[in-house]
Amino acid sequence: MKRRDFIKISGAAALAAACGPKDARPASGMTNAEGPEQMLMRENPKNGDVISALGFGCMRWPMIKDANGKDVIDQEAVNEMVDYAIAHGINYFDTSPAYLQGQSEKAAGIALSRHPRSSYYIATKLSNFNDASPEASIQMYKDSFKQLQTDYFDYYLLHSIGRGGKDAFNKRYVDNGLLPFLLEEKKAGRIRNLGFSFHGAKHEFDYFMELFDSGEMIWDFVQIEMNYVDWTHADGVRNVNADYLYQELDKRGLPIVIMEPLLGGRLARVPESISRHMKEREPDKSVASWAFRFCATYPRVLCVLSGMTNMDPLWENCETFGHFKPLTEEELEFLEQMATQMMEYPLVNCTDCKYCMPCPWGIDIPGTFQHYNRSVTDGTYAQNSAQKDYAKLKKAYLVSYDRAVATVRQADHCISCGECLSHCPQSIAIPTQLKRIAKYIDDLKQDKL
Amino acid sequence: MLKKLRVALAWVFWIGITLLFLDFTGALHGYLGWMAKVQFLPALLALNVGVVVALVLLTLVFGRVYCSVICPLGVFQDGISWLGTHKSKKPYQYKKENKWLRYGVWAAFVICFIVGVQVVVTLLAPYSAYGRMVQNLLQPVYLWCNNLFAKLAERAGSYAFSNEEVWLTSLSSLIIAVVTLVVLVLLARKHGRTYCNAICPVGTTLSFFSRFAMFRPVIDTEKCKHCKACELHCKSQCIEITKDSAHIDYSRCVDCFNCLEECKFGALKYKYAWKKDFSPSAQNDKGRRAFMTGTAIAVGAAAFKSAEAAAQELAKKTDGGFADILPKQAPKRETPITPPGSMGARNFYRRCTGCQLCIAECPNNVLRPSSDFNRLMQPEMSFEKGYCRPECTRCSELCPAGAILPVTKETKTNFHIGTAGVNVNLCLEATGKSPCGKCAEVCPTGAIAMIQQGEHRRPAVAEEVCIGCGKCEYLCPVRPISAITINGREVHV
Repeated sequence: MKRRDFIKISGAAALAAACGPKDARPASGMTNAEGPEQMLMRENPKNGDVISALGFGCMRWPMIKDANGKDVIDQEAVNEMVDYAIAHGINYFDTSPAYLQGQSEKAAGIALSRHPRSSYYIATKLSNFNDASPEASIQMYKDSFKQLQTDYFDYYLLHSIGRGGKDAFNKRYVDNGLLPFLLEEKKAGRIRNLGFSFHGAKHEFDYFMELFDSGEMIWDFVQIEMNYVDWTHADGVRNVNADYLYQELDKRGLPIVIMEPLLGGRLARVPESISRHMKEREPDKSVASWAFRFCATYPRVLCVLSGMTNMDPLWENCETFGHFKPLTEEELEFLEQMATQMMEYPLVNCTDCKYCMPCPWGIDIPGTFQHYNRSVTDGTYAQNSAQKDYAKLKKAYLVSYDRAVATVRQADHCISCGECLSHCPQSIAIPTQLKRIAKYIDDLKQDKL
Repeated sequence: MLKKLRVALAWVFWIGITLLFLDFTGALHGYLGWMAKVQFLPALLALNVGVVVALVLLTLVFGRVYCSVICPLGVFQDGISWLGTHKSKKPYQYKKENKWLRYGVWAAFVICFIVGVQVVVTLLAPYSAYGRMVQNLLQPVYLWCNNLFAKLAERAGSYAFSNEEVWLTSLSSLIIAVVTLVVLVLLARKHGRTYCNAICPVGTTLSFFSRFAMFRPVIDTEKCKHCKACELHCKSQCIEITKDSAHIDYSRCVDCFNCLEECKFGALKYKYAWKKDFSPSAQNDKGRRAFMTGTAIAVGAAAFKSAEAAAQELAKKTDGGFADILPKQAPKRETPITPPGSMGARNFYRRCTGCQLCIAECPNNVLRPSSDFNRLMQPEMSFEKGYCRPECTRCSELCPAGAILPVTKETKTNFHIGTAGVNVNLCLEATGKSPCGKCAEVCPTGAIAMIQQGEHRRPAVAEEVCIGCGKCEYLCPVRPISAITINGREVHV
């Protein structure tokens, strides 16, 4: 576990204290000389919910193989994490019927139902990507209650809207009559807050704000992708900068939930040149803590979701949010510089969300990107055959690639059918990127770099 | 002393050749490759006159030391009989030369060799029989051990070992290897070098020279006490000691030198024996062989059973997980595909002795033993697990029989080893199932183009530009049988 050093009580911590952590359970040892851990809490101005600024994203739970070799969630590990999270003040759990091959909600339900329903908030989504028929959509909505063992959702989201703009939105929620249905459910109290999660371009986002401004659709909250890279470095064509999203929502007083604060872990493991700068400033703080502090520094942010896979990030994040220190103007400036540097690496913008999977042709898309990104970030990829240690780097790349991704699921097997494209929230040109990596590997094998 | 030297040298050769077959990394080729190239039959097939002449001279001078030192199968049998004598201390006994069997097999072998019945040739070739046992039986064990280390290395975050796929390259070849092993073990345990002196065509060939060897174990009849100690320890069962005579059949003696150590009376010496008359008879006219006829197997345009291409269920249900991937199956090929450097199927199968060294080495899992009767145990190429990568020239560097002549990275792609053919009934694009164009995208020579035909596109192959590397077949998404497949060529150009 990370060393906890005593820190000055920051303004944010004071705010948290002022909010009154009625749901929060402080860490054991209130009189600990290192200072007690006090989860940063935020109050939802719309309804007074006091929510932990660190939310538990249920999309990256650990998987194990069952007796039949099928991937299943490691329920025991999930229970342990959820217990620890609740004990340390985390009270916001975000899941979806689509996560983890459809197993996330059930596992969340099992773990959470062991605690009083009033001690946590549940967020789940209508993830009707593939079948937007009214029957299938309503079925999905109803299933979520069963899986999560609850009779109300605190936060309910129209899952990943934006791409395809108005037309796609109408297809999934308007033409099939789902929106009126959900509003009825809200009236009935089974949905306490209705919002949406967004991935897409500026004009697509503007459409949803127009709906809000005209009073056609009252959003209670919005979930956006925000981190110090996306703040001003989104590609601008298919994705919009997070600073724009934040300002638009802030202007309207809408509470904001943050997803991908770490870009699928990429901001927890940054290139060495960047992590050194961070360590020079905060030698005992993790690289990831910078990304979390960035998000939670903005006051309109209600909750920052982190998809924690095991106890280590959970401990670390509880530490970051338990002794929260907002970033100063100067530090925000510093992170902007780091983001600019990071853009110079040939990384693939994949967050390992797995929405593209399963690829109908069996390619392990996120596995390939993760392996590639990690090699680039760690500087363990060969760049040209004349470089020092080329043979060693080549072997390391090829061997680790074969270990990470089965041969028949590697990039060279992609046929560019394009099936994945519409599923990627990051709008990655997946086939093009796979082709780029396949070519890199082929050149590497032939020493043509 | 002589025996110790012989045993030491035998160990060196035996371990070297075994390692050559086991090593999948290619690291040992530079050091050990020559051990395969000095094997008699491969050298003969490679028309490696220097090696053949040297081996004949070696035999003429020292007797059949080849059989006791260089031939891995001979050394292997010695090992078995050594283990055997320890358990059942059954001594050997002089046996009369089984002329019918010995020369019958030899004659049959020579005829098959000339006519081109390769099954018999490869089956009897001693070095190849040994190679097959290692490749089929021992290499999997070696690879499993490697994979165990790879697992440990993975845990330790080391790249020192990487996982290698262990797969059954050919059932028939495996069975033959098992049968060879069983027969050899049984024979060697009870009867020493029976195989070498009754069946092995190389042994018989060398025996024509060894009977006139310059140096041989000679019994000094004055000193001999007829105690039979030498006879009882002669694995070749070629020493006959009777009450009033002592005689060695030099055609069968493999110069193991066991007898020298056993004689308590100093009656046996390995010494210069050309005092008597000696008439060298040049019998080594091992002529050329006729072309192999009828290699081509008319299979007809065997309509590929289109076990419906990969699970085409494009409906996405939930996030994550993998679509199932059916393993690829080899298509029927009218002409087998042989590696670049083999100059074509004809040349390749005429020269190959089926030692399977190339199969043991192929890093792309392209080579495997053929199951076709005419080429049984000889390698052929197929692309279910990989394709013939442009930077790899390993098999050509290794082949001891000259069946695959050396090529370089640069010259490799000049050989047109096969031609791609399209089965439009399976092709995703041609049937409108999915956009694809993979084969055209990856073809290293640009031989494949997607052309519009009616509503859909389909691949078309420029036959003369295609080199037959198999990349398109390997990467074709259609499973289990690819929609684009390679057919080999009788003659590579």
